[in-house]
Amino acid sequence: MKFETTNKLKILASAAKYDVSCASSGSNRPNKDKGLGNAAPWGICHSFTEDGRCVSLMKLMLTNHCIYDCAYCANRKSNDIQRTTFTVNELVELVIEFYRRNYIEGLFLSSGIIKNPDYTMERMVRVAKELRTMQNYNGYIHLKSIPGASEELQHQAGLYADRLSVNIEIATENNLKMLAPDKNFKSILIPMNTIRDKIIENKEERRKYRYAPRFSPAGQSTQLIIGATPDNDKHILNLAGKLYNSKKLKRVYYSGYIPVNNYDKRLPALNEPPLKRENRLYQADWLFRFYNYSINEIVNDDYPDLDLEIDPKLSYALRNPWLFPVDINKASLGTILRVPGIGVLSAKKIILGRQYSKLRLSNLKKIGVVLKRAKYFILCNELKALTINELLPENVRKIILRENKPLKQFNNAIHKQLNLFTVN
Amino acid sequence: MNLFIYDQTFEGLLTIIHDAIEMNIEPDKIISTKYFQDDLFATKYNISTDPYKFDKLWNKIKEKSNEQNCQRIFKAFLSELPDIEITIYDYIKLIIETPYNIEVNFSEDCVIKINNAQKKVGRESQRVLMFVRFQKTIDDIYYASFDPKYNVIPLTVSHFRNRFADQKWVIFDTRRKFGYYYDLENVREITIGKQKVSFESGKVNNDILHMSEKLFQKLWKSYYETINIKERKNIKVHMQFLPKRFWKYLPEKDFKSELILN
Ligand code: SF4
Repeated sequence: MKFETTNKLKILASAAKYDVSCASSGSNRPNKDKGLGNAAPWGICHSFTEDGRCVSLMKLMLTNHCIYDCAYCANRKSNDIQRTTFTVNELVELVIEFYRRNYIEGLFLSSGIIKNPDYTMERMVRVAKELRTMQNYNGYIHLKSIPGASEELQHQAGLYADRLSVNIEIATENNLKMLAPDKNFKSILIPMNTIRDKIIENKEERRKYRYAPRFSPAGQSTQLIIGATPDNDKHILNLAGKLYNSKKLKRVYYSGYIPVNNYDKRLPALNEPPLKRENRLYQADWLFRFYNYSINEIVNDDYPDLDLEIDPKLSYALRNPWLFPVDINKASLGTILRVPGIGVLSAKKIILGRQYSKLRLSNLKKIGVVLKRAKYFILCNELKALTINELLPENVRKIILRENKPLKQFNNAIHKQLNLFTVN
Repeated sequence: MNLFIYDQTFEGLLTIIHDAIEMNIEPDKIISTKYFQDDLFATKYNISTDPYKFDKLWNKIKEKSNEQNCQRIFKAFLSELPDIEITIYDYIKLIIETPYNIEVNFSEDCVIKINNAQKKVGRESQRVLMFVRFQKTIDDIYYASFDPKYNVIPLTVSHFRNRFADQKWVIFDTRRKFGYYYDLENVREITIGKQKVSFESGKVNNDILHMSEKLFQKLWKSYYETINIKERKNIKVHMQFLPKRFWKYLPEKDFKSELILN
């Protein structure tokens, strides 16, 4: 490993850092033949950056050379920046050495486009293949598929990777074309469909033959940039919904736009990245994936954008006061889940705990319910307190806002992500 | 006052709980030999550890509840929290005396306490999986120090054994002064002297460090610094997720904990 590698590492890590996906979850690749590594199904963070993001995979670009000119990207062809390319061996050595020291869960590899999509994809696949076959490395690999690469290469990528992704980046096709003239929805959706079909096919196959090789066992994901275009939350969440349903994506990532090319007037001038909005989108995403909300309940024609001041669950409750108060000792799990301040875990504990005795406020507190919020929306085995119906929604909103520490609220989504892998 | 004394081991604790239940004597305090101070007015029960009694009680708990609940009790024990022993006694007694599953009855004090303790332990052992950093030595052993709040290294051994099956490794608890060594075949409990490793910094002495080790630490650190997005800087969250007490063994944090907050 030469001095040059240090430089390449800096350039190509910096080039890849705006891709927010870092999840290493969803795969349970075992350690094979006493080799190196395995993939933990719940994913493990190994460090945290100063902005509080989890560092799990080593995110690198194979190269930051690119023949395309996407307006929102630091690596676009028209930028005058230092460019470099990793050799396959350099990448493999970095992954292995970092992995052995428990720095990382694995590799997230993306790339600028050199020559043409196939040429680029072929090199990416070679890195994954070398790791799996020559090094007997069983840690996590996430490959960002290159739109326009051949089906054969997509197929090979899926055989070595745990997860594949194709980034949509911009939520409407017109805006995409404006900002990324070399791209269109078709070039993104075709590989997405291919990957989806192969994953489904592979699941069937593995049902029949347990030893059939796996194809992208942790599924596929995508990323949407938020705030680079005027697309509203209703539009973004509906697109996400479609991606989850019809493309069977495992995750949609929302990435607050960070201005890297200030000179480009097609992009808005932002003072700071829209982090709060990004956070609200993640919360909304959780609501329809794990709390059984429909997208239309969260955003619709009357409320096309998420409320930045309060989280979408509270916002829904305040807009629908007639659904409350909910009787904790009688209501169904689904109904309890809709109470602000009660998460999935506490809701389940309520259902279990109330079999033995009627639950009181003190029990709820011990279970982990955030009473400061929940109390306006529930009835329990105690004297009736003032609920949303007596206080009126706008007052509840005011009280909660006053009591809320801004920092806590802001970091809700990150907490939730973290909770996924803390042991309970 | 009934004072029960055990030998610090989990087997020892279950042995005396077995006897207490058998003799129908309610312990007021259960204490390990390490913390025992003589109390003239207490009735003392000094019972020696008996694998047979341990098995008997352990199987009974398994039978009355489930494997997961046994794990929960063991984890709570590893918390080493003050008075966790008496809580474990209450919990086991409750399991044995109640006809239904008590593990979800959150209106019982000991159920909540056991759950909280095991959750803390679970979280700490998760952190070992996250923040352990191996340093490669000249004899190709990957060495890591850790300073866990609770006695959780035993819970992490199987993870590292599965994951790093093709490299020799050591994980050493610098607080409790013991660790585990995997020699490509078996995992053994070990102790090590201060000469080769500093318990304060967790670092392996330079003379036994592998030639390439410093380079990869440096590469990792520069990777870590590069991926930071300054527009998103949020030190409060950073500290919440990566509490300072872990920094001392992290190469990306330069093994020290001054730097920050300016
Ligand atoms: S294709 Fe577009 S987004 Fe990707 S590296 Fe090239 S310029 Fe950047």
